[in-house]
Amino acid sequence: MTEFTPVMSLLGGTLIGLSAVLLMAFHGRIAGMTGILSGLMPPVSTDWAWRAAFVAGAIVAPMLIMGISDQAIAYSSPVATPWIIIGGLIVGVGVYFSSGCTSGHGVCGMARVSPRSIAATAMFMATSMLTVFVVRHLVGGL
Amino acid sequence: MLRTILAGVVGLVFGSGIALSGMANPAKVLNFFDVAGTWDASLLLVMGSALAVAAIGYRIVLKRAAPVFDKRFHLPTSRKIDLPLLAGSAVFGIGWGISGFCPGGAIPALGLGESSAWIFVGSMLAGIAAARTVRIALEARSTQTV
Repeated sequence: MTEFTPVMSLLGGTLIGLSAVLLMAFHGRIAGMTGILSGLMPPVSTDWAWRAAFVAGAIVAPMLIMGISDQAIAYSSPVATPWIIIGGLIVGVGVYFSSGCTSGHGVCGMARVSPRSIAATAMFMATSMLTVFVVRHLVGGL
Repeated sequence: MLRTILAGVVGLVFGSGIALSGMANPAKVLNFFDVAGTWDASLLLVMGSALAVAAIGYRIVLKRAAPVFDKRFHLPTSRKIDLPLLAGSAVFGIGWGISGFCPGGAIPALGLGESSAWIFVGSMLAGIAAARTVRIALEARSTQTV
């Protein structure tokens, strides 16, 4: 069980949306993690610096929150390690071909009312729910 | 230089949003998908508020001629709903449902110092690299036969 956290989730979502607006206003870029990461993998994109800075900022953020406040960040990974590896490989292949993930298609693309992003988001939301249903209620957990 | 520093600040805002919202927590993400079981609706509010802020903000920002640090806005131009998009999204969802991690959730989770997040990100990058290698090989082969 995880607790319903309406206030923190609304606050967090607002910050995610704000980061998308800021990256567009300053850099003219979509704040999608897949796209940003892809430019950092060989052959590294010539505009790697802003990408690396964005990723570094995202990694430092939870450390900073825990450092300057007494806000604990709940984290629990209930899946066995081999399945994390398999899940990671599958996610990597999927987001490469779909050219985006939850941040790129689900937030930025949907906000632009892009037909591609709406189709992508509907698809990955559906298959993730279906996968969890099969894993938890038919297979009995991983 | 200022351009790079500001990208870091925006990354900080993104990562804070992910961390506070619960998107960096695989258990919470999996419970959001488990509508028939231990459903946690929180992520509906994350997506909803992020989308609302981005939709309104984009409307204002994209009226300008150009972003502050670039000559133009880099917006995806393709409008084709094709097989790679749909199949890739379907595959991504399966991996997300298995692991509870998506790319935007997993990167800030690295900062929590949890080994499971590092294992996921390593595997995901390997998956992206493998997919790219396969696509380049396929494209090379198809140009040879032509």
